[in-house]
Amino acid sequence: MSPEVLSTPVVDTAKPTDRAQSRARAARKRKAVVSSARLVLLVAVLGLWEVLSRAKVIDPFNFSMPSQIWDQIWTWVTHGTALGSLGEQIWFTLHEALLGWAFGVVAGVVLGIALGRIAFLADVLGPYIKVLNSIPRIVLAPIFVIWFGLGPASKVASAVVLVFFPVFFNAFQGAREVDRNLVSNARILGASDRRVTLQVVIPSATSWIFTSLHVSFGFALIGAIVGEYIGATKGIGLLVAQSQGTFNAAGVYAAMVILAAVALVAEGLLTFAERRIFRWKPADSGH
Amino acid sequence: MSTDTSPAIELRGASKTFKTPSGGLHTAVRDLDLTVRRGEFVAVVGPTGCGKSTTLTLVSGLEEPTEGDVLVAGEQVRGVGGKVGFVFQQDATFPWRTVLSNVMAGPRFRGVPKAEAKEKARAWLARVGLSAFEDRYPHQLSGGQRKRVALAATFVNDPEILLMDEPFSALDVQTRALMSDELLELWEGTGSSVVFVTHDLEEAIALADRVVVMTAGPATVKQVFDIDLPRPRKVEQVRLESHFIDIYREIWESLGEEVRITRERGAAHVA
Repeated sequence: MSPEVLSTPVVDTAKPTDRAQSRARAARKRKAVVSSARLVLLVAVLGLWEVLSRAKVIDPFNFSMPSQIWDQIWTWVTHGTALGSLGEQIWFTLHEALLGWAFGVVAGVVLGIALGRIAFLADVLGPYIKVLNSIPRIVLAPIFVIWFGLGPASKVASAVVLVFFPVFFNAFQGAREVDRNLVSNARILGASDRRVTLQVVIPSATSWIFTSLHVSFGFALIGAIVGEYIGATKGIGLLVAQSQGTFNAAGVYAAMVILAAVALVAEGLLTFAERRIFRWKPADSGH
Repeated sequence: MSTDTSPAIELRGASKTFKTPSGGLHTAVRDLDLTVRRGEFVAVVGPTGCGKSTTLTLVSGLEEPTEGDVLVAGEQVRGVGGKVGFVFQQDATFPWRTVLSNVMAGPRFRGVPKAEAKEKARAWLARVGLSAFEDRYPHQLSGGQRKRVALAATFVNDPEILLMDEPFSALDVQTRALMSDELLELWEGTGSSVVFVTHDLEEAIALADRVVVMTAGPATVKQVFDIDLPRPRKVEQVRLESHFIDIYREIWESLGEEVRITRERGAAHVA
């Protein structure tokens, strides 16, 4: 009798820890496999590209190859571009994109919340906003170059029109879909209309707004780049245009790689900010 | 308050008709007469979906009656006033505010200075036993704890009138009994008048001074019963008393009929 009694708890405690350990081991293993599979895929694609290009299966002049792209980036980093240092070009584009993004976001959030809260405004302006939204806004970029010249202003403008609409629609939707219970509760507790907007509608719309911020930063970059591509004195978009003009395919790719890196860093910063702001959300739905 | 003899709440021939999304009209309550005396605990029971909650929104001023009068402390209700507290059926705590900040919200909305609001909020959090949780966010609490936050956030405003819309219906049975006892304790010190809407007759009898039975929708008052069980009550004990069971049987005869009508209508809808 007694040996059994003694032995059962040992088995009971040993089993779960054993399982937990093996489960953790399996999870680590899976992670390693995923990471190495990713690496293999990357190396395979780049390697294949390089090999095919060197073997002239694909035209190296048109398609370039990874080693040339890398050389191009390296030249830009060490010797600068034809337009000045690479950092300056990145900063120029980023500066335009950030400005356009900030203006677009502020305008989108303010108008979105206002229209979401004030039915009269929504009824009056609604159809116009729909019409404006249906214009393919990228075609405005040339007009902005005509209006605002080759300087940063025209790029900021095209970034603003691209950023505004997604942010506006999300803020509007967010303001519309506020939990009616929360609004009722705030009103019963004594909140004025202004307080309801500031302390109930805006906080509950933030998760909607943040969703659009991720997408819209990408749009801001597109706006800036397209603006530069059409006409500029500095920036990565101009780098693309010039590389294209000199049939330098590697230059176009190199600019793309640089842009991707910039966008990824910006995305990372945004996610970081989001985590700080949404501490009140349950962890499982917080991403 | 004691010099004024007008009842806490008076509904005179109040009706409320809503427009349905399909364009039709839906009458939630019709020709409702109800008086709640000062310091009285009234429970309103009725079949599911009969329009009990609408009665509360009329008293709170969140909705206006289509016809008839709604008076609070002898005055016509026009919009949300400062005398009313409302505990909702669903969670209505602000998820982005901490527990303390949630309880402070009412006083802060009403212009109480921050330090004073914090002090009051802490006192009420202590009374509902959540002092240790003041820095948590609502999602980190259990359903019962969130309900306590809602109670504290309501009581901190010292409401003369407390409206409760099936506040404990989302809780499990044990938590529910516990919360009912806590509610009675919190209420007994305040002298406020309570209208407590529920579909649970046991809960209604255990808590209230009077139980109002509503008809199947559109709701109107069918019958009012006085509950002469002595206070203070403990809900889990009081419901075992034979007198409680007699009252239950008596009221159920009235309520059961309305529930049956509602069910038959539901069945007709399905068919």
